[in-house]
Amino acid sequence: MELKQLYREIVNEHNMHPVHKGKMESADLVLRGVNPSCGDDITLQLKIDGDVITDAMYEGSGCAISQASVDMMADQIIGKKKDEAIKLAGTFMGMIKGEITDEESIEALDEAAALQDVAHMPARVKCAVLGWHTMQEMLEHPEKANE
Amino acid sequence: MSNLAEFREDFDILKSGDYVYFDNAATAQRPNQVLDAVTNFYKTANANPLRGLYDWSMAATEAYEDARKKVAGFIGGVGTEEIIFTRNTTESLNLVAYSYGMDNVGEGDEIVITVMEHHSNMLPWQMVAKKNHAKLVYLEPDEEGVISKEEYESKITDRTRIVALGHVSNVMGVTNPVKEIAEYAHKKGAVVVVDGAQSTPHMKVDVKELGADFFAFSGHKMMAPMGIGVLYGRKELLENMQPFLTGGEMIEYVTREDATYAELPHKFEAGTVNAGDAVGLAAAIDYLEKVGFDAIKEQEEKLTKRLMEGLAKLPYIKVYGSKDPSKHCGIVTFTMDGVHPHDMSSVLNDDHVCIRAGHHCAQPLMQFIGAGSTSRASVYFYNTEEEVDRFLEKLSLVREVMGYGA
Repeated sequence: MELKQLYREIVNEHNMHPVHKGKMESADLVLRGVNPSCGDDITLQLKIDGDVITDAMYEGSGCAISQASVDMMADQIIGKKKDEAIKLAGTFMGMIKGEITDEESIEALDEAAALQDVAHMPARVKCAVLGWHTMQEMLEHPEKANE
Repeated sequence: MSNLAEFREDFDILKSGDYVYFDNAATAQRPNQVLDAVTNFYKTANANPLRGLYDWSMAATEAYEDARKKVAGFIGGVGTEEIIFTRNTTESLNLVAYSYGMDNVGEGDEIVITVMEHHSNMLPWQMVAKKNHAKLVYLEPDEEGVISKEEYESKITDRTRIVALGHVSNVMGVTNPVKEIAEYAHKKGAVVVVDGAQSTPHMKVDVKELGADFFAFSGHKMMAPMGIGVLYGRKELLENMQPFLTGGEMIEYVTREDATYAELPHKFEAGTVNAGDAVGLAAAIDYLEKVGFDAIKEQEEKLTKRLMEGLAKLPYIKVYGSKDPSKHCGIVTFTMDGVHPHDMSSVLNDDHVCIRAGHHCAQPLMQFIGAGSTSRASVYFYNTEEEVDRFLEKLSLVREVMGYGA
C-alpha cells in the first residue's frame, strides 16, 4: 500500500477518532514510551486480571502513524493473555522490520497488519512500533511499569 | 538570475531527479568543484600531512595549510594559528567547553546562552555548569525571535564567565545581535562563543568585527564535505588552554611520564587530520565567493518572501519568527493544524519534496514557542521560484491526505 493510501484508508480513522485514547482509572501497569528523535510520546495503561489484559488505553501525542498504531494495538490485545500479547508484539515488530512476511503469522495481527508497508518506510518504523515496544516492555518488566 | 541558474548546473544531485531539496539548513549540497577538489587531493597529493619528509606528504601539508589560510581569510583575516580544524560545529563547541569552560568557570559563576541554541551549543554548557557547579542562564527572545537589550543586560552580570550564542538560529532564522551582546559581555569580563553554523553559508562574517572570542562552524552547511569543521579562537585564549584530544601530531616532545605540546594550531589537532575535506572546504569557500554573498542573499530573500506569502494564504499554517522574510536567512519554520510534522514530511516526500520535521535539535526552544515539533523549509541560492511553487502546491494537498476536508 502506498503512503497516501495507507493514511487515507487506515491511519487517519484511528488517529482522528481513536477508540482507546484517554486516562484509565486505577490502571495496573503504566509505562511511558518516547521516540526521543521525533517526539512521539505515549503513556500506555493496562488493566490486568490474573494473566489476562482486560483493558488497554493510552494518552500522549505524536505523528498519526504512532497514534494509530497504538490504538490498533489496544484493539488487538484486550482480552489476550500476557504471553499472547508479547508474542503478537514480536510478530508486529518482525513484520515492520521486514523479517516476518508469511501471511499466516501476519494475519494474527488482524487490522494492525495493515501497517505492513511501513516496512518500506524506514523513517517511520520507530513510529509504528512505539506502542508495541512499550507494551512488551511493561509486560516483561512490570517493575518498570508500576505507578 | 540567469547567473544563478548557471551555478545550479554545478550540482549533479539537483539535476538527478525531480526532488525539491528544502533542507539546506541541515546540510547544503556540494557542487562538482568541491567534489573534484577532494578527489584531486587524493589522486595527486595523498600522504599523511605534517609528518612525512617526502614530496607527497609535503604536498598534502601544503594543501592542508593552504586550506587553513583560506579559512582564516574567509572569516575576516585572522591568524592561521587561530584556525583549528575539527569535524564540525559540535566538536568545535565541545573543544571550547572542555578546554576553556572546564578550567575557567568556577562554582557560582554563570554561563549565559539563549533558549534558541542548537543542542550542540547547549549541552556542552550544561555539562560545564553541572560539573563546576555554575549556573546556566538563558536569554529569551520575543515573538519575532529578537533578544532585547534589556534581556541581555539584565542577565549578563559580573559573574558571567561565558556567553555562548548562535549567530543565526537554526529554527527561527533570526540573526542575533551578536556584536552588541559581545560588547556588553566583554565589559562584564565574559568570553563570547559564537555558533556560526547557520550564518557562514549566508553572509560575510568578520569574527573580530562581531566580537567573537571563539567562532565555530561546519563545512557541510556551506557546500564543503561532511566531517570538516572549524574553530576560530583568539590566540591568547588558545595558548592558555589545555589540549582537547591528545595523541599523535599534537606534541613537541614526549617522555615516558610527560609531554610538551605542539604550537598552535596543531596543539588542538590530535591524530591524522582530515586534509582531503579541508581542501574541499577551501574549494567551497572559493565557490561561495564566486557566487557572492550579495547574490546569495538576494535570491534567498526572493525565495523566502514567495514562500512566506504562499504560506500566509493557507489559514491552517502558523509560521514562527519574524514577519519579515529578509530576517529568516532562508529558514521558515511552521506548523500545520492537526497534522504532525512527521506525517507532513512523509507525505511531501511522496511527492519528492524534502523538508525537515521534528525538534531541530532545539527541544527547549520548541517548549518555549509551545510546539512539540515543527516543520522547516530552508532554501539556498540554488533553489528556484518554481521549486517554491511546487512545494506550496504539494503542501496545500497534505491536509486532505491526512483526513481533513476533501
